Amino acid sequence: MLSRTADNLYWIARYMERADTVARLLEVGSRISLLPSAQGFRSEWDSLLQATGMAESFAKKYGDPVQRNIESFLFFDRDNPSSVASVITRARENGRIVRTALTSQVWDALNTAFQELKALERLPRSELELSRLTDWVTRHAAMVRGAIDATLLRDDGFNFLNLGYYLERGDSTARLIDVKYYVLLPRIDFVGSGLDNYQWSTLLRAMGAARAFHWAYGGDATAAKIAHFLILNTRSPRSLATCSAGVVNHLDRVAKEYGRETEAQVLAHALHAGIEGTTVEAIFDEGLHEYLSRYIAETAALARTIHASYFSGETR
Amino acid sequence: MRLKVDHVTRYVYDQPARSVVQSHRLCPSVFAGQKLVEWDVTVSGGQKGASFRDAAGDLVQGWTVAGPVSEVTVRVQGVVETDDLSGVLRGHRETVPPEAYLRATVPTRADTALHALAQPVEAEDTLALDHALSKAVADAIAYQPGVTHAHTTAAEALSLGVGVCQDHAHALIAVARVRGLPGRYVSGYLFSDASGAAHEAAHAWAEIYIAGLGWVGFDPANRCCPDARYIRLGSGFDAQDAAPIRGVARGGGQEDLDVTLAILDDAQTPTQRQNQ
Amino acid sequence: MYQGTSVRPPYARLEDWVAAMPQELRHLKQAEAEALFRRIGITFAVYGEGGDPDRLIPFDMFPRVFAAREWAKLEKGIKQRARALNAFLVDIYGRGEIIRAGRVPSRLIYQNEAYEKAVAGIVPAKGVYAHIVGVDIVRTGPEEFFVLEDNCRTPSGVSYMLESREIMMRMFPGLFRENRIEPVDGYSEKLRRTLESVAPKQCPGDPTVVILTPGHFNSAYYEHSLLADLMGVELVEGQDLFVEGAHVWMRTTEGPRRVDVIYRRLDDAYIDPLCFRRDSMLGIPGLMDVYRAGGVSICSAPGAGVADDKAVYCHVPEMIRFYLGEEPILQNVPTWQCGKADDLRYVLDQLPDLVVKEVHGSGGYGMLVGPKASREEVERFRAKIVEDPGNYIAQPTLALSSVPTFVEEGVAPRHVDLRPYCLVGETIELVPGGLTRVALTEGSLVVNSSQGGGVKDTWVLAE
Repeated sequence: MLSRTADNLYWIARYMERADTVARLLEVGSRISLLPSAQGFRSEWDSLLQATGMAESFAKKYGDPVQRNIESFLFFDRDNPSSVASVITRARENGRIVRTALTSQVWDALNTAFQELKALERLPRSELELSRLTDWVTRHAAMVRGAIDATLLRDDGFNFLNLGYYLERGDSTARLIDVKYYVLLPRIDFVGSGLDNYQWSTLLRAMGAARAFHWAYGGDATAAKIAHFLILNTRSPRSLATCSAGVVNHLDRVAKEYGRETEAQVLAHALHAGIEGTTVEAIFDEGLHEYLSRYIAETAALARTIHASYFSGETR
Repeated sequence: MRLKVDHVTRYVYDQPARSVVQSHRLCPSVFAGQKLVEWDVTVSGGQKGASFRDAAGDLVQGWTVAGPVSEVTVRVQGVVETDDLSGVLRGHRETVPPEAYLRATVPTRADTALHALAQPVEAEDTLALDHALSKAVADAIAYQPGVTHAHTTAAEALSLGVGVCQDHAHALIAVARVRGLPGRYVSGYLFSDASGAAHEAAHAWAEIYIAGLGWVGFDPANRCCPDARYIRLGSGFDAQDAAPIRGVARGGGQEDLDVTLAILDDAQTPTQRQNQ
Repeated sequence: MYQGTSVRPPYARLEDWVAAMPQELRHLKQAEAEALFRRIGITFAVYGEGGDPDRLIPFDMFPRVFAAREWAKLEKGIKQRARALNAFLVDIYGRGEIIRAGRVPSRLIYQNEAYEKAVAGIVPAKGVYAHIVGVDIVRTGPEEFFVLEDNCRTPSGVSYMLESREIMMRMFPGLFRENRIEPVDGYSEKLRRTLESVAPKQCPGDPTVVILTPGHFNSAYYEHSLLADLMGVELVEGQDLFVEGAHVWMRTTEGPRRVDVIYRRLDDAYIDPLCFRRDSMLGIPGLMDVYRAGGVSICSAPGAGVADDKAVYCHVPEMIRFYLGEEPILQNVPTWQCGKADDLRYVLDQLPDLVVKEVHGSGGYGMLVGPKASREEVERFRAKIVEDPGNYIAQPTLALSSVPTFVEEGVAPRHVDLRPYCLVGETIELVPGGLTRVALTEGSLVVNSSQGGGVKDTWVLAE
């Protein structure tokens, strides 16, 4: 397929998954802020912005991290390239560009999300509860994903879409865990405290994984169990292990269809083997934050290699 | 004359270019005044592309260079035997109707001043008129390099009163058209003797169509018609349309150009060397 | 629709349909049609007008109907015209016999902005320059048609022909059961075969066809992507193609793939910065060299535009006689060229009765419809013509036929024109249908979508 088409498909997936992540971030933030903490209500939001690398651009435009401003910034603000409005608009525009590579159901799902977004933007903000907004995002993200799974031909385009999904999702899971561990809990004496556990379970809820976790592990939610669930458990839909397996799977399918491997397959297999071969103990020994940072960097390098191998148009 | 050409154009990119595409008109025209003895064009790292003779009689040769590449060198080497036909392009095969060259382009559009330059010129026949127009252009635009540039129009050069061979050719095309005569731009090489009478080795002049005689060259810059010192490469509406090398580099950032050109009389020493 | 007081036969069956549709139902259906158009994303953006980029062209549900006999005549006339226009293009880029014979003035062709010196001497595959010819036609009476203009470059609007039909069939399946209506959905198949049939001689095996679009900001992007989808070919932008060696390639995830036929929806000026506009970011450097050496086919061929110039239009009947030895089946609208002294005198004399157009204008801008204009407007236009006569042509206002159209109060006659799409390759094909544009304002003769025009489904009844 055209390199540009593949690139557009890949980014549709990344944008839709990113919209989902931003909605989950908003949910984590608002839930955590409902619980009074030592630092007061505001700092959680501040931490959250810092973890996602958006603190500076937020401060420049809005100043103090007040919840309402954060909602505006993360949901509606078109100056913020990662806002829900920005990424859904771009996903739909990419869809319009590659209409021929999509089924009408997938296009419909993208276009409907965009048209409804425009309707939401016209409503007075006082009528928009945060939970309504976050539900709206996760619903539309799921509809697009569902339309892709249900109707798209299983060809290279399908694989490039899924690469986008798994790469973005792995990256966002790593960042969400990092929000919790690195930013929200800077003091080691918090570990194991009631607040610590509350934050962990909030994180699970935000990932829509609280129940799944309890089914899988039972008993108290400890940091080690949750880290195992979100990083190493291949049954968890958002774990790094699941995401890297997905990346490997879809890259292998592309290699098989094209009859040749590229540097991307080599890198992806190495990344996946690294996750499969490790343990929670080893991760905690390295330091969770250090481990996650390394994962995020390696994922970014893989994304660059995939771009060079398939999307740049310089392939020989 | 037996002229030997060694023409090297070097393109240097400040960032490696992903690819380079060029279209050349670097092969001497085929007509009674020119005979190719040997001719060779090379492009460093280049792959020969499409090649054809167009309806204006020019041999066009495409080249592509796959990147990344930071430098591309185009080298033209060859020997041509020339005869003095007093500018007449005899025996040149072409099928573009002369009327097609009555169309103005941006650099050859006649403004009021060019009209004023063209209108009063009087002569008994077309050939004499063309000579007179060429002289009028040479008188109105003094040869002076460094004032005009690649995109200067005929009208601008006339108002400046100075220019180089490109400006002379554009102006002559414009005034010829004012008088209802098709005119076109010719690019080529010029051998200049030790006296320094000629100005530029990579040269350009104009041709005007005279019914019954065909296309005739006029070189206002040197106040003459092309003779055995001239090698004709190709033609067009204007300098851009007749350019011997056109090219585009993908990526590559800023492009630097370095040209060396030597036109030798048979096997003697170089008489002209020029750096741009 | 109306003949005296009775309804024209092709429309007779539709009377019951209208009668059975009360106003509320009609409004409901209208809303449904609009929702469908919006959902499939077929919207219309006017360059430079700003406003809503997702604006819809109004859709009128009342179909425009042609009887089989009428269509048969139209079809013959359009094919004849398409053949003559292509013969003309091959001729003027070759020996120019029609000019040597004194039938067409040489100035009009060789000094025309649309004449491309760069393609002189080239005979494209199968001798075709204009592969898709859109002929704008008005009907003035039973089996009486006039040609308003020819479009030989890249006529747009065919997506409306296809989508209007889709939507009508979806909303009113009964109508299609009761009436025997020729289908139009063979268009994309025919277009693909046409494009494949003009692949370069040196092309090995099945040719690879692509559609070249200026990009998704273009107002016709939906049409480009619809046609690519229906034909199963790639929709490419300039950046997706490159020249290497003597061929054109597209950038794919599996490496370069050779391209043989480019259906470009991009003007000549933009397709190759090495040959035409150097500042074009949309084109493919080196494309014209490959084309001229026979390594790729470009549809329509560069240089085809000279055949649809408004001044060249006057000579099309002459072309038909000269190249085909036939009499024109379709009439030209009589046209006065204000650049000629006699014509100018007549035009200024009769101005209130004439339609005056700018030679290079399009889209219904810069024109005067004499009978509809106020005295003041006529005088203002008169001054403009006197200032630059060569820039204007004038035509009589025709007794344009009007067809039934839904309006607020019910059904009323409105003026329409028609653009069928003739495909020219190894064979000449015309699908039975086209784009019907309707002037929705009462009495208006301007059907351009940029001036408040709408579209209709166009029916050709089977014998």
